[in-house]
Amino acid sequence: MADFNAITLQLKGIRKAYNIGLPAETEVLHGLDLTIERGEFVALIGPSGSGKSTLLNLIGLLDKPTAGELLITGQPTTQLQDRELTLLRAKAIGFVFQFHNLLPEFTALENVMLPLLAARGRPDEAMRLRAAELIEQVGLTDVGKHLSNDLSGGQQQRVAIARALVMQPALVLADEPTGNLDTKAADNVFDLLRRVNEASDTSFLIVTHDPRLAQRCDRIIELVDGRIDSDKANRVSPP
Amino acid sequence: MNSAMPFEWILAIRFMRQARMQTLLIMAGVALGVSVIVFISALISGLQTNLFKRTLDFQAQIIILPPKEISRPLHQAGDGAMLATLVQPRAQRLQSVDQWQTVLAQVAKMDGVSVAAPVVSGAGFIVRGEANKAVGLTGIEPETYLKLIALNSKIIAGTANITGTDMLVGLDLAKDLGVWTGDKLNLQTASGGTATLSIRGIFDYGNSGMNSRSVYIALRTAQSLLDLAGGVTSVEVNLDAPFTAETVAQTIQAQTGLKVDSWIATNAQFFSALEAQSMSNTVIRFFVGLTAALGIASVLVVSVVQKSKAIGILRATGTSRQQILRLFLLQGALTGLIGSLLGAFVGWLFLIAWRNIAINADGTQLFPITFDPMLFVYAAVGATLVGILAALFPALQAARLDPAVAIRG
Ligand SMILES: Nc1ncnc2c1ncn2[C@@H]1O[C@H](COP(=O)(O)OP(=O)(O)O)[C@@H](O)[C@H]1O
Ligand SMILES: [Mg+2]
Repeated sequence: MADFNAITLQLKGIRKAYNIGLPAETEVLHGLDLTIERGEFVALIGPSGSGKSTLLNLIGLLDKPTAGELLITGQPTTQLQDRELTLLRAKAIGFVFQFHNLLPEFTALENVMLPLLAARGRPDEAMRLRAAELIEQVGLTDVGKHLSNDLSGGQQQRVAIARALVMQPALVLADEPTGNLDTKAADNVFDLLRRVNEASDTSFLIVTHDPRLAQRCDRIIELVDGRIDSDKANRVSPP
Repeated sequence: MNSAMPFEWILAIRFMRQARMQTLLIMAGVALGVSVIVFISALISGLQTNLFKRTLDFQAQIIILPPKEISRPLHQAGDGAMLATLVQPRAQRLQSVDQWQTVLAQVAKMDGVSVAAPVVSGAGFIVRGEANKAVGLTGIEPETYLKLIALNSKIIAGTANITGTDMLVGLDLAKDLGVWTGDKLNLQTASGGTATLSIRGIFDYGNSGMNSRSVYIALRTAQSLLDLAGGVTSVEVNLDAPFTAETVAQTIQAQTGLKVDSWIATNAQFFSALEAQSMSNTVIRFFVGLTAALGIASVLVVSVVQKSKAIGILRATGTSRQQILRLFLLQGALTGLIGSLLGAFVGWLFLIAWRNIAINADGTQLFPITFDPMLFVYAAVGATLVGILAALFPALQAARLDPAVAIRG
C-alpha cells in the first residue's frame, strides 16, 4: 500500500564501496543526496559503470550502503535487520530488471502472484483476481496462462511490471527495463509505465540509456562516476 | 496452483518438476538404497525368526538338571604317574533331579513360564534281528511335553499321544529298519532294561541326525528301562518370552540350587552370529543413508547454483531468507520421502520375487520372510530426515545468497 508520506525516497550522503579492506577496494558511489516525492516519474541516466545499478540495489534494500542514510517513505533503513528489510521491500518496492525477470517454471499469471504468495503464505482467490486484474492492465489477458518462457521479451517485461505493481508499492525501480527490446516494444513498455504512474501515486525510478525515453520523464538525474552530475526537471512534450 | 499448498511447497514442487532429470535420477538413487535396506532387513529378520524357530523346535528354552557331580581325582600322594589317567570324569550314572515334583510345581507357577515338563533321557539300543541300533531315549508325558516341543506338527504318520507301551521313532530310523506304525521293536539299555514297544507315530524333524537317533517313549517306561524309578533326568521349561530365558534360568538356579541351562547360553555361538548379522545390517543402513545424503546434497548444491537468479528475484520481490531456507529443506525432504516410498515398493517387489525363487526342491519356502509393514514407515521417516539433513548445507547457502549479486550474476 502506498504510504501517504509525500516523500517516497530520501538519500542522505549515501556511499558504497566494494571489496572493503582488500587491495581492490573501490568506492562506487561518493555521497549521494537525493529526494523523490510521491508520484514522481524519474529517469536515471549516465554512462555504463557510473553506479546506476548499484544505486538501484541500495534503494531496493538488496544491498547496504557503506555510509549514509536511506529512508523509504520516511522510514530509516540502515539499522534494519534482514527480516525487516524483506518486509519493507515486499511492501514498498517493486522491481523490474533488464533480463531474466521471471521464474520460468511459472505462468505469467503465477509470476504476478508470487509476491502476494510470499507475503501471505498460501494462494487464495483474492490473489488470483488481483493478479488477473494486473495482467489485464498490462494487456496480456490472452497469454496469462502461458509459461513465462513462452512469452516475447516485451511481454515478459509487461509481466514483470504487473508483478512490480501487485503489492501497490510506493516506489517502482526499473533497471533498463527496455534495454533488450526493439524500439516499438520499448515504446509500449514505457507507455505502460507512464500510464500506471499517471493513474496512481506510485513513484518510478527508471534507469535508461535511451535519451528519447528519458525525455518522456518528469525529471532526469544523471550519474557520472558515482556522483550526481545533474538533476533537472523535464517538461514532457505530449507525444 | 493448489490453494491448499503453502508457498514453499508450490515452489519446491515446481523446481523439482522443472529439473526433471536431476529429480528422477536422485529419487531413483534413494529408491534403490531404500529397496536394498527393505529387502535385506526383511531377509535377515526372516532368517533370524526361522533360525529361532528351528532351534526351539527341538529344544526347550530352559533345562533344569541335577547339579554336576564333581569328579574327584583318586589322589594318592607320591603317585604322580597315576594322576593323568585317573583324573577323568566318572562315567556319569544317570542321576535324578532331586525332589523333581516340587521343583516342577514351583517352576510351573513362576511368572512368564508357559509350560514345564519332566523328562527322562538316556541311551538305549534297538535290537531287530541282526541289526543293533544305538538310540537316544526320551521319556515324556505327552500332556506336558507336547506343549513344550512342537512334536505334534512333526508327526507324519500315527500320533504323538503315547502310552506306556508305545514309542515314537524318526523317519530315517523307520526306513533303516523297514518298520512303520503298528510294528513292534525291542528296546534295551545298558542297565539291563528291556521292553517291546509298538510304534505309535513317525516324526520328521527335517534333520537326519534327529530322525535316525531320537526315540520317544512314555516317562514311566523310560524310568524302568533306565533304572531310574520315580526319577527324572531333567525338568524342561518354556516361557512366554523366549528372550528372557537367561534371566529366568538364573532365578531358578538361585531358588533351587540345581544346574539350569537356558537356550541362550547353550546357543551362545548362534547368538553371536545373529548379533554380527544385525551389526552388518546396521552398517549397510548407515552407508546407504550416507550415500543417499551425499547424493541429495550434491544435487541440491547444483540446484542452488542453477537457481541463483531465481532466488535473487524471489528475494527482491519479498521472499524472506527463512522461506528460501525452507524451500530447499523441503526439496531434500520430498526427495527422501518420495524416493523411500518408491524404494519400499520396489523392495517389496524384490521380496515377492524372492518368495517365488527361494524355494526348496519340494516347493516349500527355503525360509519364510518376515514382512513388517512398519519397516515402510521407518524407511519413509528415516529417508525424509536424511533428506532434510542433506539439504541443510545447500539450503543455508541459498538463504545466504546475496540477492544483488545473484541478480547481477
Ligand atoms: N559486486 C561488485 N563488486 C565489485 N565491484 C562492483 C560490484 N558491482 C559493481 N561494481 C563496480 O561498480 C561500478 C558501478 O557498476 P554498476 O552500478 O553496475 O554501474 P552501471 O549500472 O551504471 O553500469 C562498476 O565499476 C562496477 O565494476
Ligand atoms: Mg547497470
